[in-house]
Amino acid sequence: MTLADTLAGVIWLGVTFYALLGGADLGAGFWDLMAGNSQRGIKQRQLIERSIGPVWEANHVWLIFVLVTTWTCFPVLFGSVTSTLWIPFMLAALGIVARGSSFAFREAVTIIWQKRILGIVFGISAIFVPFFFGSMAGAIATGRVPVGVGMGNEITSWWNPVSIVTGLLAVSVCAYLAAVYLSAGAHRDGHTELIAQFRQRALLAGLLSGVLVIVGLVLIHHDTPLLAHGLAHRGLIFVIVSGMACLTTIGLLYLKYFAAARIAGVLTVTAILWGWGAAQYPYVLNTKLTIAQAATVPTVLRAVLLCLVIGAVFLVPSLVWLYTLFRHGNQVT
Amino acid sequence: MYKVLFAAIVANPVAARTQMGFSLGWHIIIACFGVGLPALIIFAEWRSQKTGDPVYRTLAKRWSKVLGVLFAVGAVSGTIVSFEMGSLWAGLMSNYGQVIGLPFAIEGFAFFIEAIFLGIYLYGWDKLPPKAHLLSGIPIIISGIAGTFFVVCANAWMNAPRGFSIVHGKIVGVNPWAAMFNPATGPETTHMILAAFMVTGFGLASCYAVAMLRGKRDRYIRLGLLIPLTMAVIMTPLEIGVGDWAAESVATLQPTKLAAMEGLSQTTKSAPLALFGYYSDGQLHDAITIPDGLSLLAKHNINATIQGLNSTSANDRPSDPLVTIVHLSFDIMVGIGFAFLALGVWMGWVWKRRHDIPKTWWFLRFVAVSGLAAAIAMECGWITTEVGRQPWIVYNVMKVAAAVNPERGIQYGYYSILTVYGLLTVVLIAVLRHLAQQPIVLEPTTKINDKGPET
Repeated sequence: MTLADTLAGVIWLGVTFYALLGGADLGAGFWDLMAGNSQRGIKQRQLIERSIGPVWEANHVWLIFVLVTTWTCFPVLFGSVTSTLWIPFMLAALGIVARGSSFAFREAVTIIWQKRILGIVFGISAIFVPFFFGSMAGAIATGRVPVGVGMGNEITSWWNPVSIVTGLLAVSVCAYLAAVYLSAGAHRDGHTELIAQFRQRALLAGLLSGVLVIVGLVLIHHDTPLLAHGLAHRGLIFVIVSGMACLTTIGLLYLKYFAAARIAGVLTVTAILWGWGAAQYPYVLNTKLTIAQAATVPTVLRAVLLCLVIGAVFLVPSLVWLYTLFRHGNQVT
Repeated sequence: MYKVLFAAIVANPVAARTQMGFSLGWHIIIACFGVGLPALIIFAEWRSQKTGDPVYRTLAKRWSKVLGVLFAVGAVSGTIVSFEMGSLWAGLMSNYGQVIGLPFAIEGFAFFIEAIFLGIYLYGWDKLPPKAHLLSGIPIIISGIAGTFFVVCANAWMNAPRGFSIVHGKIVGVNPWAAMFNPATGPETTHMILAAFMVTGFGLASCYAVAMLRGKRDRYIRLGLLIPLTMAVIMTPLEIGVGDWAAESVATLQPTKLAAMEGLSQTTKSAPLALFGYYSDGQLHDAITIPDGLSLLAKHNINATIQGLNSTSANDRPSDPLVTIVHLSFDIMVGIGFAFLALGVWMGWVWKRRHDIPKTWWFLRFVAVSGLAAAIAMECGWITTEVGRQPWIVYNVMKVAAAVNPERGIQYGYYSILTVYGLLTVVLIAVLRHLAQQPIVLEPTTKINDKGPET
């Protein structure tokens, strides 16, 4: 494995963490929107606020981590993707602004109608963000992003059947993850009614994700045979693991093994991401640019790797403290 | 129709430059509070634990609510800026991302630590023992300062590009460490970090000055004014000193920018300092001049020769209207800086004599506008350094026009940013006002001494 492969792996790990943590926070926004009127939804919204309040900003930083390491280690990849796909990229950014600020504002205000409006903005923007990231993923995977600054079509590259399905899949996967985590959170709080609600939602979102995966695979089979080939060969094991893990998660939720269900939920999503990665390896822009071609000189790669190792020494214990501190003792009174 | 619509686009560089300037200029103000406010909050909490005075604890708690809102808004508006590095400046990043990416990567970690400990601090008031809670605030201060340092490193590199060479149009010999620690890094990063504390200090103090002007004079309001104001006036002389260092560095590294800052057209020995006026037809009009002032300021020698704008070809220096903008921005920044110095001297003198702030309405009026003035001074500083570098994005290496994303429709991105930020600004102000209007309830505080809590 080359130095460039290692860094590509680390960045992909960053993408995975963003999906598992930041993605779940976005999914929680989706459920916040679906929680019903202010009276009916109050318990659910309280659980959501308690779960994501202390951690969403830290979870969001994974995205920044991915961006900065990509533009440092794989500058051509970064320039090609962000110039051709500038529209979904910018829309996702606007979604991020609206999501973060409306969530923080909602906690600060006290008047019901203000909370309601901010909650709607929070929920809708939390759908925006994964949709546009997902459509960008579709554009990259199906080879619609050429190498070079502004070389691709700024509309059709991400607004096409496959990209729309991958966008919807991203929304649905985030909702699935959030529902699994929130069921576990409700269980920790000992809240039977909420457990049932979020368990049912995890089931729905899991089923929807499954359907979207199948629709996506059929479209990809016609649209990009090479990717379909990759998914059916090197990526096959991941596709199978993902499907099994999703079914297992739902089963575990019904059997009330919540901690295990979380792990299975994490596995479902991790397998989707790494399956895609495996299917198009060694390409970063599918069929157009490989990891080796996109990577910058070894001097830079070594410097970044060094900083990542030193940074991890500070980061890992801090993250562990954050998550353990807010995992325990969140009792509903 | 769609083709016609897009064919009509004006230059992408203009739309991109304006969008970047707007979103970055907006973010910087919020980011300053993310750097400066934690220090004030930790100070207040530390005093409350030392003295058991409930006023300190109330201040710390109320300020941390404000920080919670501002940090969230700063985190997401900073995200937009990093997205724009790609969506607007893909040409820059696909070539030079490798050269200047390292400080951004390290800044990523600083941001991580900041966000993690902010979560712990804000939500940990009742979950952590008092001492642990106080200590959990320290990493927020350190990582905020570190984050500013690393981001401004990257900006300094645009002014003093190092760490690579260009052979036959190809970038070779990349050394990311040399790029990061370029000659402009020292003065530029220090100047910005101190500015962040000044914007926070004056910004927060001005809110309490307004309250005092409205007749509220209790201990809570007085301490709310005094703590941030003291921090800001201590920073002011330091900032002026660093500003001198920064100007000297600009004189050496970017003589064209210095000439724009002073509207100096011809290379001049014993150059005068020019205040205000405007620049057109290749010279400065209606300015007040101080003989030998510029040579003294920039080179610390009244006989020094200062390079004029005309030494650089017209295509490689800012246009006349831009020179006016740079010159005026620089003057405004320096003017406000010296006004703050005067405020600090006044306050310090009165404090020394009677242990109180000056008891006149003029002092409070001065402080009441200081927050806005500090933000304006900082923005003017950024305008000076950014517009003064035009038409270059990387000084003498890459022009803005070569860095911009050539895709169609960039200006619509700009319009949507304007709309969203317009709304965001209105709601943010409303939320901050709402927080300020919450009734002040003093909580009983436990005094912490070495033997443990006592009541």
